[in-house]
Amino acid sequence: MREMTYARAIEDALAEAMEADERVVVFGEDVRALRMNLFVRFGPRRVRNAPISESAFLGAAVGAAMAGLRPVAELIMIDFLAVAADALVNQAAKVEAFSGGRWKVPMVLRAGCGGGYGDGGQHEQALWGWLAHVPGIKVVAPSTPADAGGLLTAAIADEGPVVFLEHQLLSEDWLDYLGAGGRTTVSYDVPAAGRRGEVPDRWEPIPLGEAAVCRTGSDLTIAGVGVGIHRAAEAASLLAGEGLSASVIDLRSLAPLDRGAVVADVRRTGRLLVVDEDYRDFGLTGELAAALLEAGLAPRYARVAVEGTIPFDPARERAALPSVERIVSGARRLLA
Amino acid sequence: MLVCRRVEEAIAVLWHDGRISGEMHLGIGEEGINAGVLDHLGEGDAVALDHRGTAGMILRGVGIAAVVGECLGSPRGLCGGMGGHMHLYSKERLAASSGIVGAAGPAACGFALAAQHLRPGRIAVAFFGEAAMNQGMLMEAMNLAAAWELPVLFVCRDNGMAITTPSPSVTGGDLEERARGLGVPGTTVDGADVESVWEAARGMIDRARGGRGPGFLRATCVRPDGHFLGDPLLRIARKPLAELRPRIGPLASAATASEGASIGERVAGLGEIASILGRVARTQLGSGRDPVARLRNRLGIPSDALAKLESEVEALVATAMEEALRPEPGAGTGAG
Repeated sequence: MREMTYARAIEDALAEAMEADERVVVFGEDVRALRMNLFVRFGPRRVRNAPISESAFLGAAVGAAMAGLRPVAELIMIDFLAVAADALVNQAAKVEAFSGGRWKVPMVLRAGCGGGYGDGGQHEQALWGWLAHVPGIKVVAPSTPADAGGLLTAAIADEGPVVFLEHQLLSEDWLDYLGAGGRTTVSYDVPAAGRRGEVPDRWEPIPLGEAAVCRTGSDLTIAGVGVGIHRAAEAASLLAGEGLSASVIDLRSLAPLDRGAVVADVRRTGRLLVVDEDYRDFGLTGELAAALLEAGLAPRYARVAVEGTIPFDPARERAALPSVERIVSGARRLLA
Repeated sequence: MLVCRRVEEAIAVLWHDGRISGEMHLGIGEEGINAGVLDHLGEGDAVALDHRGTAGMILRGVGIAAVVGECLGSPRGLCGGMGGHMHLYSKERLAASSGIVGAAGPAACGFALAAQHLRPGRIAVAFFGEAAMNQGMLMEAMNLAAAWELPVLFVCRDNGMAITTPSPSVTGGDLEERARGLGVPGTTVDGADVESVWEAARGMIDRARGGRGPGFLRATCVRPDGHFLGDPLLRIARKPLAELRPRIGPLASAATASEGASIGERVAGLGEIASILGRVARTQLGSGRDPVARLRNRLGIPSDALAKLESEVEALVATAMEEALRPEPGAGTGAG
């Protein structure tokens, strides 16, 4: 076992994939500065700076994947996908279906996501529910270094388009690039287990669509992804002090979604609390409620999600994102 | 060229008979552009087509019956009936179409990027209309191709109409200059003259194969079917009395209703509609710029040899149509 930060785990897994397969190429905005180590190691052909033209280089990633490469195209943040949604929604997601299954698009779209460092509501959205809504795209959002490397390894090996969302609060690279900018005068509430942790000596793919049960309890199931899962784990510890026992399930992938893991746990606990840094409406929280109803369960249910545009003001930003306090109070209501 | 013409005429019959659902965009009138460019392509070259891709697929060697079958939605079609005429994909021929205006640009960049890595000396061609030149993703793609010195030929088939809007009324500047401004040298040819197209394409394709970057070829054309079969402006231009009759009443009410723009503006509005119709009648009707007829005259083939050639083509197309229309095994009346 090695120990690594979230950002180094992603870089290490990507380097291992580039070493193993020369069809893996990296391009996107600022990648030579942001991925300096990869650029120096693999050279200018395999690590290319793209113009700030998301439509062009994401569309090119689709074509390149169709024609034999395995591109890892990088958007600085998933928010910017909105200017290039066609490449993902109408091209990458459709090729396999439209071609009758004969042509696949083995590309990875890598992008930062998520808030908690004060960048405002246009630069720290989660948006995974929006992406997972579209058939033909896989979406993963790792919450630990080990999961980040393992899921990236699986994403690069996958035959279909995969969106790999790395949380900007967990990645020290993003946090410095976007938040601190070299300052020591700002601080963030970064969950320690997400920022740094043990990783395997060689990367093994973590199957896309497989949840991880972080903690097993008997009174309540808490499910979510990303930083939300760390907040949930902290909330579960507090609840345990009050004699309340909660399971915590890290879904890890939004699409495919491990509905089975949640259904199985809720069948035992009879209660589900969904924690989501994405918007509440038409998203993960409602999807899990639907999964339970479809499985014939009628549990007690609550959700802690983002209910409007994420405010810039750090105090209001904290209140908008799922916090330990909101999760604990949601859980208490369910258990009352 | 003649094969494409006859196949697309047969597809038009199927569409008029109600055998094909939805829109139908044919390339009748642009055979000189398709043939003049695609004649230069070989194994390993890639093509990104737009919504008007049937002829391009056939010229790249995809079976006629497979293309027609796909237009019909048949399980035996090129994509098993999942794509339809706007979404034709042949992995073997590295040919892909898309129904999103401008999407061929980024796709061709990706194909060309893969060629740079995996198939040096091979190129990619993007086909699109002049209206796609106003799509951001296409302009971005041209810049990307220039910046990365990608072997792409951008082929703009210019019929002067953006669906039913005269292109000059929604286009600023000159398209060749625009391409040049993005770093892509270009030229304009008469698309009805296959030899001119062939000659111009040869130079640009040789240049791209030699690693000297992308080119832009604007080829003018007239499409007697307009944007799609049943084009409303062409219907009016061809049968003004019958087509205008149901529209006169609402137009007269709009022109005389009590609230709205000034009388002067209303008269000008009616004048503009009349001028668009006049422009369509003037530029899109008439057979003077038919590339097939022009080539037939140019070649000066003796009439008996010509008749023999034409009957061979007709027999080829008839056989393919029969195959495409053969009822599914075990099905009642075939695809509807």
